[in-house]
Amino acid sequence: MTVYLDYNAAAPLSSGARAAMTAAMEHQANPSSVHKYGRYAHQVIEGTRASLANAVGARYEDITFTSSGTEACALILRLSNRRRLIVSAIEHSAVLGNAPGASFIPVKNNGQIDCDFLKHLLGKDASDAVVALMLANNETGVIQPVEEVADIVHSVGGLLAVDCAQAFGKLEIDIGSLGADAIALSASKIGGPLGVGAAVFRNGLSPKPMILGGGQERGIRGGTENVLGIAGFNGALTEISARLSSSEFVCDLRNRLEDSIRRIHPECFIAGTEAPRLSNTSAISMTGTRAETQVIAFDLAGFAVSAGAACSSGKVTSSHVLMAMGVSEEQASSTIRVSLGPETTQEEVDSFVRAWSDLYGKKVRNDVSGLD
Amino acid sequence: MTSAIYLDYQATTPMDSRALEAMLPFLRQDFGNPHSTQHQFGQKAQLAVEAARGKIARLIGADSREIVFTSGATESNNLAIMGAARFRARMGDGVKRVLVFAFEHKCVLESALSLKEEGFEVEILPVTSEGFANLDALRQALKKPTSLVSLMAANNEIGTIQPIEEAGELTRAAGALLHVDAAQAIGKIPMNFNNMCVDLASISAHKMYGPKGVGALYVRRRPRARLLPIFQGGGQERGLRSGTIPAALCVGFGSAAEIALGEMETEAEQLLLFRTQFCNILENLGAKFKVNGSLTNRLPGNLNLSFEGISALQVMKNAPNIAISTGSACSSAAVEPSYVLQAISASAADAEGALRIGFGRMTTYAEIESAAQTLASATSFQSSDD
Repeated sequence: MTVYLDYNAAAPLSSGARAAMTAAMEHQANPSSVHKYGRYAHQVIEGTRASLANAVGARYEDITFTSSGTEACALILRLSNRRRLIVSAIEHSAVLGNAPGASFIPVKNNGQIDCDFLKHLLGKDASDAVVALMLANNETGVIQPVEEVADIVHSVGGLLAVDCAQAFGKLEIDIGSLGADAIALSASKIGGPLGVGAAVFRNGLSPKPMILGGGQERGIRGGTENVLGIAGFNGALTEISARLSSSEFVCDLRNRLEDSIRRIHPECFIAGTEAPRLSNTSAISMTGTRAETQVIAFDLAGFAVSAGAACSSGKVTSSHVLMAMGVSEEQASSTIRVSLGPETTQEEVDSFVRAWSDLYGKKVRNDVSGLD
Repeated sequence: MTSAIYLDYQATTPMDSRALEAMLPFLRQDFGNPHSTQHQFGQKAQLAVEAARGKIARLIGADSREIVFTSGATESNNLAIMGAARFRARMGDGVKRVLVFAFEHKCVLESALSLKEEGFEVEILPVTSEGFANLDALRQALKKPTSLVSLMAANNEIGTIQPIEEAGELTRAAGALLHVDAAQAIGKIPMNFNNMCVDLASISAHKMYGPKGVGALYVRRRPRARLLPIFQGGGQERGLRSGTIPAALCVGFGSAAEIALGEMETEAEQLLLFRTQFCNILENLGAKFKVNGSLTNRLPGNLNLSFEGISALQVMKNAPNIAISTGSACSSAAVEPSYVLQAISASAADAEGALRIGFGRMTTYAEIESAAQTLASATSFQSSDD
């Protein structure tokens, strides 16, 4: 049985989400309830909207459902018709890809953005600008000073769009206290199904729609909704406080993992440890062994981890996140992401440490025999 | 109280329980991100997504590399129209002209019209009173350099099957691409895009007994149809459609496609029989009605009727247990005469009376009989005076 340590790519469907989807499936497969389907679908969608509004401190009418976190990110960048886009250098490709011509905010070695540089980019009048900054990075877990950035951005008239996909379910999110004008979320990161995301807009702001026709989601997003998925999202939302309160336990496990690895290899580089981080994420370098090699070796040994973000795992390039933090190419290309979840156990972590130790031992032996 | 009879199969279809069953493992143990291909969880999900892609390709005579997963036909239509039009405008010879037919789905019309903001010329072409694309108008319109033509495979309100093959030859000869909104037709009638000059085609899972929230865009490889994505990100689906693929939904879609391929032919015969029986019962009971749109070259599971002297809304009020609609589902909350019927120049009375009645896989003869009887009495003045 493989041990799953890739929660930042996808979390297993939570039991609440599964129960909600099973209930919704009954309706999808039964023609006589399809008759009342319109009403049922409406209930499901609006019920989830209410739960989500409650979970992130937004108003019900601020929420637009999308087909993914990626689509939600693309949508929050379309806030009003502002022309100037400023994004952090460590954003997810869902933001970077939808911000052509944007200026970049560099990050410091600890993985947090350079606020002084941002001030410089914004200038005295930023009423034409949208700034995009993620709440927590998907590769390193480093948490950004979003509240502080919100003040900086707003003081010169700018708007702030925050990709909260990876932080969702791991940190309390309140759009008001974050100071964000829009946030992007994904259901699958909190134990909901793949195929559902949401964009949340504050203060009556609304984006230029991207998918037109049909008039769903108040005209912001056309297309018949993924009712099953939205039902599952609601199921996952019912468990979000349990998920949030598990973070202390997850943090202990993550610290145990990092401490154990440091005992094996004291100089081991772990990204972002100088900054506040998500409690579940660890980006660990095994210098000299390529990340892809490690991931394959761990898979054979029965552990699912990743070499960075899932969407780009096909391609072998060094992480733009680590490079932006000033990590050397050598270290960046030998860093894997281990991400834990509420279902992770101490035994799983310990067995992963043994596997890490084995692989590292082999590498050291090879290095030594290579010298002969 | 008798139980409700669902006759709105063009709005959405119930899920086939076999497709639902196929999805379940991907909601349980096989939850991996299909792009995490370096470990077993991801590989399992990826294999299942690729198998599903193959099944969808087989249903439409395509190569699996020609299938791009989307969140539904609305997104596919947006991607095809904006994506192909923008590609040629920005990366090609700069031609900025798009043609659509007046009875296309709202999302096709809106996507096309939104291009006007970007300086495109958008022409809306007429349709015949029988409910078919006016190919003479197309021929005429194609005399000007055009980047894209969009024509649906079958209309969502009146079910008329469009001359895609001829339209494809005209557009190909004129150097334009043909996009086909095939949401209503796929899985109902045989469609082989490989044999036709179709460059792009939109498919929806929930119109063919699959789940809501997933669809596909067929993108021809030879000659290659080129387009720009409408949003970017991780570069999934060959860069055309970013975002994590929802493996479970794709698997349900693939299963629905496989079932449709195997059962479409017998199902179509059955539905045609039901339709004839339904009309016969209505006639025998003395109901006065007119069929909107041609009865030949029409989806076997579609009827669109106007009963004499009574509005569609009144009929639906009189027969609350029959689930039928006045038009397409997305706009049916709004009470206005169908623009599709206006486009086929139906009289104002016919347009106001038009009811879409759809039969499908789960329909039974008992339902046909009971629904026809209910509608006959719901539309007869004698019985309402009783």
